[in-house]
Amino acid sequence: MPLSVSDIVEFLGVLLILIGSIMAVISAIGIIRFPDVYTRSHAGTKSSTLAVLLTLLGALIFFWVRDSFSVRLILGIVFVFLTAPVSGHLISRAAYRARVKMSDLTVEDELGDAIRAYEEDNDDSDKEAKGDKGE
Amino acid sequence: MTDFLVLTEKILEITVLICLAGISIALILLLYRIIAGPTQADRAIALDAMGIDLMGIAGLMSILLITDKLNDVVLLIGILAFLGTLAIAKYLEKGVIIDRDN
Repeated sequence: MPLSVSDIVEFLGVLLILIGSIMAVISAIGIIRFPDVYTRSHAGTKSSTLAVLLTLLGALIFFWVRDSFSVRLILGIVFVFLTAPVSGHLISRAAYRARVKMSDLTVEDELGDAIRAYEEDNDDSDKEAKGDKGE
Repeated sequence: MTDFLVLTEKILEITVLICLAGISIALILLLYRIIAGPTQADRAIALDAMGIDLMGIAGLMSILLITDKLNDVVLLIGILAFLGTLAIAKYLEKGVIIDRDN
């Protein structure tokens, strides 16, 4: 019998680790190549999170085959899954409030339109607000 | 058949080494973005991605050394990277990190 079950499961872990490493390289290339803070945060947050999730899952499977199930790796996976999108959101919001320019390819800025409309509604009197609504 | 079994023993080690090389390439590319990033937010994003990749490197090293003592390090790097990114984002947004009571 050539392969036991533990060997096959270990191959699954190895495959997950390999895909995770490839995703890390793809994420770094995206951070290098994209033109803008916001697109860079898009590349850096999502695919780096996926890369480290796959790598830690592969390590978890490896240690599970070796008869030492690790709760700390599960905690690490859950923690990264919860916190990496939050940190990406915070940095993107800080960049927008610090008025970092978007790239020239951007065609629509709905958040800027909403903020300008809100400020106009709060600054002007009710009459002008009604006039704006009429237009 | 024994050759095949020897190969399966080696595949794990070879793959872990290849993955370490790939994540190292990713870290070098991120280092370029940290040095040459036009704004501070670019550098913050690249630092966040570097922290996440370091977690992956700690997991790979724990496989390579066949020890489970490094799993604490994985969790700790994750928590510290999140707190650092939080502090940087708050500084970039408001200018202060810890608010004062009025």
